Amino acid sequence: MNSVNNENSTSAINVDYEQPVSQHPALTEAIFTVKRFIKNPLSIIGLTIILVFTLIAIFAPFLAPPENERDPYRIPHDGWTISPSPPSADHPFGTMEQQYDIFYGIIWGTRSAFKIGFSVVLINLIIGVILGSIAGYYGGLFDEIIMRITDMFYALPFLVVAMALVVALGRGLQSIIIVMIILGWPTYTRMIRGDILTIREKDYILAARASGTSDLKIIIRHILPNSVYSVLIVASMNIGATVLTAAALSFLGLGAETGYADWGQMVSMCRNWIVGPPDARLAYWYVVFIPGFVIALFVLGWNLLGDAARDVFDPKMRRK
Amino acid sequence: MILVLVGVSLIVFAIMMLIPEGQRVAIYVTGEKIRNEQIDSLIVKYGLRDPAPVQYFRWIKNIFKGDFGHSITASAPVIEGFKMYFPVTLELVLYSTPLIILVGIWLGTIGAVHKDKPIDHFTRIFAIVGYSLPTFWLGLMLMMFFYGLLGIFPPGTISIVGKDILYNPEYHQYTRILTIDAILNGNWRMFWDAIYHLTLPTINLVLLSSALIMRLMRSSMIDALGQDYIRTAMAKGADKKTIYNTHARRNALIPVITISGLMFAGLMGGMVITETIFARKGIGLWMARAATQLDVAAIMFNVLFLGVVFVVINLIVDLIYAWVDPRIRLT
Repeated sequence: MNSVNNENSTSAINVDYEQPVSQHPALTEAIFTVKRFIKNPLSIIGLTIILVFTLIAIFAPFLAPPENERDPYRIPHDGWTISPSPPSADHPFGTMEQQYDIFYGIIWGTRSAFKIGFSVVLINLIIGVILGSIAGYYGGLFDEIIMRITDMFYALPFLVVAMALVVALGRGLQSIIIVMIILGWPTYTRMIRGDILTIREKDYILAARASGTSDLKIIIRHILPNSVYSVLIVASMNIGATVLTAAALSFLGLGAETGYADWGQMVSMCRNWIVGPPDARLAYWYVVFIPGFVIALFVLGWNLLGDAARDVFDPKMRRK
Repeated sequence: MILVLVGVSLIVFAIMMLIPEGQRVAIYVTGEKIRNEQIDSLIVKYGLRDPAPVQYFRWIKNIFKGDFGHSITASAPVIEGFKMYFPVTLELVLYSTPLIILVGIWLGTIGAVHKDKPIDHFTRIFAIVGYSLPTFWLGLMLMMFFYGLLGIFPPGTISIVGKDILYNPEYHQYTRILTIDAILNGNWRMFWDAIYHLTLPTINLVLLSSALIMRLMRSSMIDALGQDYIRTAMAKGADKKTIYNTHARRNALIPVITISGLMFAGLMGGMVITETIFARKGIGLWMARAATQLDVAAIMFNVLFLGVVFVVINLIVDLIYAWVDPRIRLT
């Protein structure tokens, strides 16, 4: 990823015979990128999936009006009957254990998923950019210390440590988010540091430095824009992965309390209903299938998007 | 290496220190019920309010003595619990790891050789689906379909009949790994019984973990196929199979080896979930139970153990890497 083109440095090689040469190179670049993106069917699927989820999250109060305005994340339930009931007019996706409405949980769970994914990835990205650029640009003792700390984090299997940390901090969605922030930043820090190490040696950085540009300006104006694509691609895929890990932790019984609108929590509730009574062994399929399917779709959307973005932005792949 | 191990122990210790003293006491209490009033004196007795460095060195000393405390979920000392649970996990690892690597490399090679053909698109979709699917959901679906609908491949590690054989005094448990013991005892019924129960968990792990290797293998194989020496070999009219299998694949494997260490981290996580779903009494299930029942001793031991295993695996990966790529050995 060391030679990701930015608008200024590509004008020379960017003469596309379909475009008039007089066009601004940044515009040519943008048109080219969009064209490539649209050409790839997988990226369109990914984009559509994420857009649909975004709309669901935005319009959640209309799609599934909450019973209690103050606490919309509480899934309403009809009585306390233990065994789930199949999809009906009242409950389009059926109900879970204790008659929690699956449809409501899915709709409001979309908000939870975005909340988990965005908050974790955004905070990690900020930490990663700050620590990574300092470590990569200045090197020295600070670099050494930060890299040894990330080494330690890398030396531990993620989910296993996350489990222990969630137990230590006390169960709940809040803890899961905190834990994933604690464990997630080394990935970004390392990546940005690596990018900066290669870019730092480029001639145009030397030129900027020679002309007396301040360090901060060099990092923000000249280095970060060049490494931003690769980082954003990983970030996009990590939004899905974060939701997946959170759901896995919830599945193991470390997530939100029963009845909270969170997909992982809903999957963990279905564990007792995998196999139905002997005469109808798939009687409770909807309890198992629907929440997990929604998680898979959400993650798939982000992965497709990230995958397509990589193909589009990677200069090595793009002009073949 | 030593430094990393010390780092691992520090992180595990730091996590442990986050837990309130009242719950950490449970590590030292063996079996008997304790009253609330006793907790305070026990905290003092085991020095849980001492400064952190003192506690750290005491903890390390205990570890070297092999004393990891008492596990509530195993209702035995942690080390006894480990002896009981570990073989079950090891067995699953033994069967799934080679399969994951083989399937990943095989599909990746096919995808690269037939780049942009239908079969390549198929393998790519397989990979994307593989790492998008939640481990638990795929496991649940497999179980629902095979066990629920078709009534085959039940959860657990062994059938009731198998259990009878297991506790028969004439049946020796040499390694506690079911299939290996069965072979050593010459008991084929037992062997197939164990394999029968291993099938679904193995499929689950292979489907999920091979995607990562497959993806990398594909892109690195495409890279290798674009090299000049491949063109030379093609121009000379060398057999295509030889080119793919010896010239290109060997070089394409190098980045795959580096990532296989990472795959193991995923495998460990996947193991916890897979064992929970398929009710296999291995350390994954033990950890999941310990986590929900606040069995501090068991959690901390397992994190430490898996951390050490992971460090060792990464060391082995580095060694293999140097062996495959002579350029690294020389520098």
